[in-house]
Amino acid sequence: MFNGSIIKIAVIAASLLTCYASAAYAGVGGGVEAKEYVDFTAVLKFTLIFLAGLAAVFGLGLAFAAKRFSVKVDPRVEQVLDVLAHAHCGACGYAGCEQYAEAVVNNPDVSPNFCTPGGAKCAEAVALITGKKAEMREPIFARIMCQGGWSKSAKRFKYEGVEDCRAAVLAGGGDKSCIYGCLGYGTCSRVCPFGAITMNADRLPVVDMTKCTGCRKCEAACPKKVIEVLPASKAVIVACHSKDKGIDVRKHCQVGCIACGKCVKVCPFDAPSISNNLSRIDLDKCKVCSMCVSPCPTNAIVDFIPHRSKAFITDKCIGCLICSKVCPVNAPAGELKKKHDIDAAKCIGCGICTAKCPVQAIDGTFNAIEVFAVAAAKKKKKAEAA
Amino acid sequence: MHSEFTKIFELIIAASLINNFVFTRFLGLCIFFGVSKKMETSIGMSITFTAVMMISAALSWVVFHYIMFPLDIVFLKIIVFIGIVAGIVQASDTIMRKVAPGLYYKLGIYLALISTNCIILAVPLINAGEHYNFIESLAFGLGSGIGFALALIIMASIREKLELADVPAPFRGMPMAFVITGLIALAFTGFSGLITL
Repeated sequence: MFNGSIIKIAVIAASLLTCYASAAYAGVGGGVEAKEYVDFTAVLKFTLIFLAGLAAVFGLGLAFAAKRFSVKVDPRVEQVLDVLAHAHCGACGYAGCEQYAEAVVNNPDVSPNFCTPGGAKCAEAVALITGKKAEMREPIFARIMCQGGWSKSAKRFKYEGVEDCRAAVLAGGGDKSCIYGCLGYGTCSRVCPFGAITMNADRLPVVDMTKCTGCRKCEAACPKKVIEVLPASKAVIVACHSKDKGIDVRKHCQVGCIACGKCVKVCPFDAPSISNNLSRIDLDKCKVCSMCVSPCPTNAIVDFIPHRSKAFITDKCIGCLICSKVCPVNAPAGELKKKHDIDAAKCIGCGICTAKCPVQAIDGTFNAIEVFAVAAAKKKKKAEAA
Repeated sequence: MHSEFTKIFELIIAASLINNFVFTRFLGLCIFFGVSKKMETSIGMSITFTAVMMISAALSWVVFHYIMFPLDIVFLKIIVFIGIVAGIVQASDTIMRKVAPGLYYKLGIYLALISTNCIILAVPLINAGEHYNFIESLAFGLGSGIGFALALIIMASIREKLELADVPAPFRGMPMAFVITGLIALAFTGFSGLITL
């Protein structure tokens, strides 16, 4: 390619020279001595020989270098690179998209579903290229572990510096009296590459779950470590990090965890536990039943499920009993191969059975529309493939 | 001997400070604004730039003085120098990828940007125009590289601080960078009296 371009340039130069033959008697300038007379045939000859020689040397040199120093690049790396999200967010654990693409092609142990911003579509495409099996990875979201907006929490002093949490924390650890809480200067909203975090009127970050990809940029940027990236299904969390004693928490903030232990008593699965004056929910044990939410005296426990409407079983039910196995409160009842029934008094609307039902026979919960849409899309795809 | 050394020292100082490519000659501005957003990238760019400048200055000097001058075809220098620089960059890109992959991932991305850059072309052209000898050409290449590195690092450190500053909305980003460049260029005119002959 390089060789050809030089020859082209030589041809153009030669034709230009013949066109402007009369002008060549004048001095050229720029380090070239002016001459009375220029021997044209000689100049033309040398020009062509020189350029051809240079082109040959470079062409051969580059060809030799390309051969001698060739690095075998798997063509699949390029293909994988094309389907990745190109956010360069590092959510996969590699330095950039290129490094991940290389690793996923060359290393059989690297799973194709690491690209969080790309989502399930990207994982499927990568799996197709690399010949691996795409397993659905549960989406993860950034959760703000603080509810103490400026109206609900106290301040130690008036901060008038740069509007950035990383700057504010340098001023004696920030202006909030609670040293574990969100400072509210919006650093996380600015570092988010997807625009998923906005600051609300009370100076608390709000995560848009439709945009959040769980890339952990905000988690790394937050100087108070208020943000945690957690699995999407674990929608009930203690949104507080305060390890202060209950009485001090009350002084600093209206919505902090005071470690009263009510959530521990009420939980049927022993998920919450108290240590260091703070209640934490064990995500492996938690069934998202939300029974701990209303007893909490300070409302420190947040339920991210938007509305908990009761579930009911439609005629599609095949009587497999899966719903009764997954239900945290034993609301569904019935016999094998017969239509089940859900006890509305017991149902807490957590949506777990809707998601697990193999025939989409459970309707009414907050996630029903979404689950049905996904199932319909899958069915359509299968039909198309067949 | 003494005068030789002083001349080379003068050349380096002149190329890096007095006739700084970015602030006095206003060359290479696209790369200057593009790369000076982060300190890390600007340092990588500076190292690559200085190396390519010196190599291309040396090689093009040899070609210019031993082939083009005797053949009386110096008018071809622009085309030839572009070819030489592009050739070197392409070759070093290939070789680096094999020999030093770590270095390639750190600096390789800048090599593609460099191949047809105006500063890189200006160095051999000025060398040829001023009739520098081999050592002087190398010194000029080094001085220009240092000058460009200086410009990039100054700009990157200012722009990193600027991220936190309260800049009026219409000036945010590029306009502010241009204003700052103008101010630094103004400051660099102060160097013009450094060497008096």
